Amino acid sequence: MTGNCNDALRELYEFLDGELTDERKTLIKDHLAGCNPCLEAFDFEAEVRILVSTKCREEAPDALRQRVIDALRACDPATEPAAESDA
Amino acid sequence: MADQATFAEQAMPLMSSLYSAALRMTRNPSDAEDLVQETYLRAYRGFGGFEQGTNLKAWLYRILTNTYINIYRAKKRRPEETDLDDVEDLFLYHRLGGLEAATLGRSAEDELMDYFTEAEVKDAIEALPDTFRMAVLLADVEGFSYKEIAEILDIPIGTVMSRLHRGRKALQKRLYEFALDRGLVGTRSFPEPTSARPGP
Repeated sequence: MTGNCNDALRELYEFLDGELTDERKTLIKDHLAGCNPCLEAFDFEAEVRILVSTKCREEAPDALRQRVIDALRACDPATEPAAESDA
Repeated sequence: MADQATFAEQAMPLMSSLYSAALRMTRNPSDAEDLVQETYLRAYRGFGGFEQGTNLKAWLYRILTNTYINIYRAKKRRPEETDLDDVEDLFLYHRLGGLEAATLGRSAEDELMDYFTEAEVKDAIEALPDTFRMAVLLADVEGFSYKEIAEILDIPIGTVMSRLHRGRKALQKRLYEFALDRGLVGTRSFPEPTSARPGP
């Protein structure tokens, strides 16, 4: 393992999170282009992120939408402030 | 009243996203719905203080996390930060990373998507201690930047990065336990990572 691998892996998450400066990003991209083990590790971590974001999505229930709309109406400052409303 | 219309128009489309986070935080649909409703009420009451043109989604998440901390975390205290530090970097990659090579023509992404069910991924998230769970949700599910997460959670950016780092490692450890439980990978005699793979 070269020093480059260590540098790249240390910034793996910042790279994947899009938090690096263009300069650092380019250095890592250059390293990945020539280092297959690091490229595989980066790819794998990126896929874990996609896994997490894909499998954690929920749809708000319609009943909740209605509840919130009703609650907002009930607490309209123009009418009655902070009226406790429960669906 | 115009303010209310504006608020509803801008905030209502974000409800599914907020509900997803609320469900991961509270771990049950009834509490999650209460949390979302309370978040909308608080946001609406404070909407005058919201600066139009700035990030409404981040602002709503800030209210959501504060409400969660105030109401729900006070209600049931849980042990925090248990053995989060004994997980090495690239934990899952060192154990599952080579597997896609065995099944030709499949990408790592396809493999991972097939390995883990929705229930397992959600469980792995929900098993994280609160502070780490929030950071991971905000970054990996909602795609907020470090700076936005720092503002939402009211912590320094360095703390965001360390929570993300530790939270993600703990998440991977949990996912690996699922893989082991279901026999998706060999036994615990699965070879330890060797120097052939990149490591810290």
